[in-house]
Amino acid sequence: MNTPTTQAALGQAAIAPPPPTSTVTLKINGVERHLQLAPWTSLLDALREYLDLTGTKKGCDHGQCGACTVLVDGKRINSCLTLAVMQEGADITTVEGLGTEDNLHPLQQAFVDHDAFQCGYCTPGQICSAVGLLTEGKAKTTAEIREMMSGNLCRCGAYTNIVSAIEEVLHSKNSELRR
Amino acid sequence: MNSFTYTRASGVEAAVREKAADNAVKFIAGGTNILDLMKENVERPSRLLDLNHLPLKAIEAAPDGGLRLGALATNADTAWHPEVQKRYPLLNQAILAGASPQLRNMATNGGNLFQRTRCYYFYDTATPCNKREPGSGCSAIGGYNRIHAILGTSEQCIATHPSDMCVALAALKATVRVSGQNGERTVKFENFHRLPGDAPEFDHTLAPDELVTAIDLPNEDFSQHFSYLKLRDRQSYAFALVSVAAALQLDGNTIKEARLALGGVAHKPWRDQQAEELLKGQPATEDTFRKAAAAVVSSARGYGHNTFKIELAKRAIVRALKQAAEGTQHASDIFTNSNP
Repeated sequence: MNTPTTQAALGQAAIAPPPPTSTVTLKINGVERHLQLAPWTSLLDALREYLDLTGTKKGCDHGQCGACTVLVDGKRINSCLTLAVMQEGADITTVEGLGTEDNLHPLQQAFVDHDAFQCGYCTPGQICSAVGLLTEGKAKTTAEIREMMSGNLCRCGAYTNIVSAIEEVLHSKNSELRR
Repeated sequence: MNSFTYTRASGVEAAVREKAADNAVKFIAGGTNILDLMKENVERPSRLLDLNHLPLKAIEAAPDGGLRLGALATNADTAWHPEVQKRYPLLNQAILAGASPQLRNMATNGGNLFQRTRCYYFYDTATPCNKREPGSGCSAIGGYNRIHAILGTSEQCIATHPSDMCVALAALKATVRVSGQNGERTVKFENFHRLPGDAPEFDHTLAPDELVTAIDLPNEDFSQHFSYLKLRDRQSYAFALVSVAAALQLDGNTIKEARLALGGVAHKPWRDQQAEELLKGQPATEDTFRKAAAAVVSSARGYGHNTFKIELAKRAIVRALKQAAEGTQHASDIFTNSNP
């Protein structure tokens, strides 16, 4: 016996048509990627769900926790609060683009050396945010680092060691470390 | 989030035309507030018009010798602009007191003016809210209202305007440059935002087709005696319970010119010109500041959980005016706005 399975056959309203998508070109970690995306896809979802770049984390999805921090044209932003289509043509760097397993970015190495995490979920956002902080060059003191990292929450409370890791790179005499 | 289409605006005039033709169009710039509200189903635009490619990013000299802030310049680029740091350090301090570095890198000056209240009931679509759903009632009056307004409230709404930047713009007597179908016009900052009255769904006085193109800062010098004091539940990355922008021009110890505006207490940035008049010509003493503070809160009304704000505002005004007179706050000092 045939069972009616479509919405119409079941007497329900028809499902809305699939969302219109458009081609979006994003330059991520130096590589151009072409995607077919619905307009409401956040940059964060584009990275995680369409490009398998799962280093960038989804925490609150409302710009409150900083786990999704990436660099756009060198500046740190919350990737959950921008649409992928809005970033067409922009130069995006995620945690995957900072270093390699054999050649960690100085901040990645400093986070390891200072035990600057516990569960690690906020870490990619913390590191991308700290890269942005170093580029901005505004924070000089411990207190200033804390203030300028306040957009990144750590539920494990590893703040003390996070600040130590950033301080080490900030105060490193080798300017190469602050690339 | 609801289904919507997305297009980029090709020019200011085209953007104004498209908005006038379809009221369901919403502008998007930095996106930090509207996308959050769309995720909460508070905003449900059928079409987003992206303004980011319009040529409105410049920060440049204004014809009167003041400074013109492009509507699409980011909050971060504005706060750290050398002219803002040098000539308008109060604005620098107010911007740096708000949000986080990531958000300030995204959020634009124009967008800052249009951000919506953070009233919990406005965000919670399961509860009545006259601002979100006109006529449905106000859940904050008689509900949890610790963060709500004490000045200029109505029976329909006790929401606050959340911006720090706008409190400084009010104190600095900024003007907003606007483009609409009928051409360009300027709006005094004090007339840009409105009180809730019986139409709390409207936060500002612009027509639906109007677009902010720039904010002008007048050619006035409050760079020596100013304070942006922000009091909040944690020292960083939180909205103000009460904030005070105070700016003075002193002749010896006599106040020549005074500006006083509050955040976190009303539906709009709350500049009090009567209190400013009380300060003018008086010695810059605590006694003078107390009189001004008493005047500001004389019409304040508490709603239970937020009643503490009346005394807090009074004390914050006195402290901010003292800091301003002493000249102890400096541009780019990223903590002075909140330290105890």
